Amino acid sequence: MTISKLLAPGTRHAIPLVLFLLVGFAAPLLAVIGFSFVPARSFSLWQNWGLGNYIEIFNSTSYLSFLWSLGLAAITVLVLAVICYPIAYGLARVFGKYSTLVTLLFTIPLFVSENVRLYGWVLFFIKNGVLLGTLKSWFGIEPESWLFTNGIIVWGMVYVYLPFMLFPMTLGVSMVPDQTRDAAFDLGATRWQVFKEVELPLSMPGIMIGFLLSFVLAVGAIAEAKVLGGQQIIPISHDIEIAFTYAQNWPLGAALSVLLMLVVGTLVLLVLRRFDLDAILGRR
Amino acid sequence: MDGLTPRWRTSLIWSWTAAMVVFMYLPGLCLLLASMTSSRYFIFPINKWGFAWWEKTFASLEIHQLFRTSLLIAFCVTVIAVTIALFGALAFARYDWKGRSIYQKIVLLPIFFPQSVLGLSLLLWFNALGLTMSWQTAVFAHLVWIVPVCTLVISIQVYSFDPALEEAAFDLGATKWQVFKEVTLPVLFPGIFSGALFAFLLSWGNFPLSLYTTGADTTIPEFLYAKMVAGYTPGVPVLGTVSTVGAATLLLCGYAIILLVRRRRAASEHSET
Repeated sequence: MTISKLLAPGTRHAIPLVLFLLVGFAAPLLAVIGFSFVPARSFSLWQNWGLGNYIEIFNSTSYLSFLWSLGLAAITVLVLAVICYPIAYGLARVFGKYSTLVTLLFTIPLFVSENVRLYGWVLFFIKNGVLLGTLKSWFGIEPESWLFTNGIIVWGMVYVYLPFMLFPMTLGVSMVPDQTRDAAFDLGATRWQVFKEVELPLSMPGIMIGFLLSFVLAVGAIAEAKVLGGQQIIPISHDIEIAFTYAQNWPLGAALSVLLMLVVGTLVLLVLRRFDLDAILGRR
Repeated sequence: MDGLTPRWRTSLIWSWTAAMVVFMYLPGLCLLLASMTSSRYFIFPINKWGFAWWEKTFASLEIHQLFRTSLLIAFCVTVIAVTIALFGALAFARYDWKGRSIYQKIVLLPIFFPQSVLGLSLLLWFNALGLTMSWQTAVFAHLVWIVPVCTLVISIQVYSFDPALEEAAFDLGATKWQVFKEVTLPVLFPGIFSGALFAFLLSWGNFPLSLYTTGADTTIPEFLYAKMVAGYTPGVPVLGTVSTVGAATLLLCGYAIILLVRRRRAASEHSET
């Protein structure tokens, strides 16, 4: 009773979740940051701290992995923007009562493990697989398999992260009021002008969140390059995993994770700071 | 339907969306095809159709154990996640309070975080605490990612919740617990239910967090990954198909239940007035 008098109801309801995230999210991140300063190849936190791991990273070729991850993520986001806008527009304005069903259709694959779905693509693209086997038996042509190339990695990433671009984008597009659009048309604007001057700016919050979410997730992607790319490209998450597993060098992996976290964290905070979440998620 | 959009554009949007739906389900279809062969390796077009691998997979004791582990983890995650997330969502969307805007951003942060790195961080943390990895640590790891997702899902329902309903119940002399049980919970039910569905399915399909935190226990996605890397059998597409169809069935049934509840509620309101 004393607690409920001391704290506002909102604060009180937030306590369990905040406590949980302190133990389950903040503490592990602190542990990683701590580990990134201990000497290489040690497994305990209480040692002489130093910058050795970071110096090792800056003298190595890890920056290549960073560049691959950032570049692939950027391409993925651009492709997704083009693919998703018409669907988001449809969900918000055209599909009417069918839009729940369409949303559901795009949601279902999210619940199947990424690896399993990417493996489906392996079966599709592999030599004697669904695509090449069909081409061979119907048309007698045998093109090279597309597996293990850079293009297929982007393909896989576009496939996996599509819903993460689509749903925020749909929220954004549905934020454009009909009256504003109608008014612009009444004042003689062309279709393209309405898109550029009214629809795009007004749906920007949702679109930006979609960009952010799919970019951040794509930067941390690992399964696409492993399963479809045949490990020709090593993205940064894979580098981190190698440091933790095969190389048994936890401090190095921790230092790489800290750098990745810095990139991701800065981006997220920069973008989220600009938006009012209540407006996007539909508070009256 | 939207009067401003000309017919040709409407049909273009429909066909593009349909093409993308096919794109989303093509891998699933390939898995299904690959599971229906009687030979050891996958060669398309299939010349020996059969369900031998389905029988083999369902009869395997190892697979039964995997199912039990995955179910146990997903069940615990669902119960705990929904409990924490319900209160989290009320703080997220229902009440105005001082730290709310920062709180909302902190809640979103784990969702935006690369899961493989999150899994490794948790491994380091559990290790520093001296814990042995098992299905319990995996439950905790899943929760770190799933509780925020679940909070977000329930919040969307809370946004459309009218606080005047609670106040009216208080005015009529209801206790705090009665208001929570008789007003807040039933009104928020669709959100809570979808939150629970999300929690269960996301935990069931999770790989990156399980990989580092399950220790000696193995979940289905982990098993499938191990088999994909080394030792492919058509059992892999069988399990893959089962999980895809399972997720789809669960979601569609869930959606039907929500529709049914809404319809019944609308009908009872109608009969009372």
